[in-house]
Amino acid sequence: MTFETPHIRVQDLNLYYGANHALKNISIDIPDKKVTSFIGPSGCGKTTLLKTFNRLHDSSLEVKVEGKVLLDGEDIYAKGVDVTAIRKKMGLLSQRPFPLPMSIYDNIAYGPRIHGERDRHKLDHLVEQYLKDVALWDEVKDRLKAPASRLSIGQQQRLCLARGLAVEPEIILGDEPTSALDPVSTQKIEELFLQLKEKYTIVLVTHILRQARRVSDYCAFVYMGEIVEFAPTEQLLLDPKEKLTKDYVRGFLS
Amino acid sequence: MKVKGRNIEERFFKILMIISALIVVGSFFLIVGTIVVKGAPAMSWDLITKVPSGGFFLGGEGGVLNAIIGSFYIAAGSSLLALLISLPVVIYINTYLRKRSWLGNLTRMGYDVLFGIPSIVYGAFGFTLMMYLGMRASLLGGIIAVTLLVIPIMIRTMDEVIRTVPNELYEATFSLGATRLETAWVILKQVAPGIMTAILLAFGRGIGDVASVMFTAGFSDNIPTSMEDPTATLPLAIFNQLSSPYEGVRAKAYASALILTIFVLIISVLARLLSKKFSKNKV
Repeated sequence: MTFETPHIRVQDLNLYYGANHALKNISIDIPDKKVTSFIGPSGCGKTTLLKTFNRLHDSSLEVKVEGKVLLDGEDIYAKGVDVTAIRKKMGLLSQRPFPLPMSIYDNIAYGPRIHGERDRHKLDHLVEQYLKDVALWDEVKDRLKAPASRLSIGQQQRLCLARGLAVEPEIILGDEPTSALDPVSTQKIEELFLQLKEKYTIVLVTHILRQARRVSDYCAFVYMGEIVEFAPTEQLLLDPKEKLTKDYVRGFLS
Repeated sequence: MKVKGRNIEERFFKILMIISALIVVGSFFLIVGTIVVKGAPAMSWDLITKVPSGGFFLGGEGGVLNAIIGSFYIAAGSSLLALLISLPVVIYINTYLRKRSWLGNLTRMGYDVLFGIPSIVYGAFGFTLMMYLGMRASLLGGIIAVTLLVIPIMIRTMDEVIRTVPNELYEATFSLGATRLETAWVILKQVAPGIMTAILLAFGRGIGDVASVMFTAGFSDNIPTSMEDPTATLPLAIFNQLSSPYEGVRAKAYASALILTIFVLIISVLARLLSKKFSKNKV
């Protein structure tokens, strides 16, 4: 399945962890302003694939990446590419929230600050705006100076989302972002994703099929480092074409 | 019956552990107790506010203010200098180098070897260096020798705490488009209490070491007024006092040891308070 103007286009991507061939000939188009989910059993490579999008493997010596990842048509693995500029275009939500070791306010203001925003009033405004965007403002507006680590895990994850949004990305990468959260917090994050896809392209790694179905428009099934099938979510989950996908969706494969 | 055997085992090892803990706590009180009991009677206002008069080590008047100030200068100066050198090293090997890069491994091996070198070797090396540069025993010489001594301690302590930082924190700042240097600042915030501990360990080692300063800082009855002045240190003053044939002077050695201990204790408590303040944002 291909798209006319995909936001991210992966072409013949291969990734090696030392001798381990972790991603094999991946080619996939991630559509603009939609939610695309990667499903698959643990260790299948879905998180590894996600992290190639903002070059998070860069600091690992054992990882070798071959092939292309085109962001709006430009190869992010080409020589002379500014990695920080690419990463600024993508917010990352990890499996467990990792707030920065600073106050709630500074967590949100961190991104704008490193990218040059110094104006106190503007920062105040940004902090309020993004905390409202993730429905956290009312819960924390009286204690913005408190350490972010004092928030509950669910609140921390929403804070991390707001922190990512504050650098004005185009894409949100979610690496099983609800796996550490309780059902209520999970629901909040999912609702946010549905709102945010109006403005952002979202790529979501998840091992919960029902979550993929609730949130995503398109879904890719990843197995043993390969994309087995990529289709609109309903179609992939309800009427898969490949036998492997069928087996996984029905719970025979894990 | 099997359960009973396990219970005996449990009790046996529990008792062993309690004994070990008692040995540690016991030696702490024994050492501090000895210093207090032997040193307190010889403690006087003069001892901490006056420099030694002529013949101090033969029972003369005066105190060890010169050594108190000298030790403080050397410990503080070398801790600061060592921090300025160690911090860039740990930042570089942890945030700039990739994991398991050969340069990082080499650096870690290097400081591990340096860590094990006895302080007299640093003293001898510092002394050779000073001879080569045409320097005399001086405050600066002492600071340089002690800096060399404490750098491995500092780097190792800081490196160990920085390596406990989860990879996700790096990924979090990188994902926001932070550079490596900006990421390093966040990591340092996270490990601030560990950095404090490293400084404290270095300071404690620097203030207590004799061998590295014996030849490099020298000894003087005066408070140093410039970097070129020879400088007395508390451990060396204690050594000199203990070597005295006079009972009264030997008693003052314990009083000086008490001063040194209190000094280290104050620094330690301060560092703990500071690191509490620093760690409030830790995740």
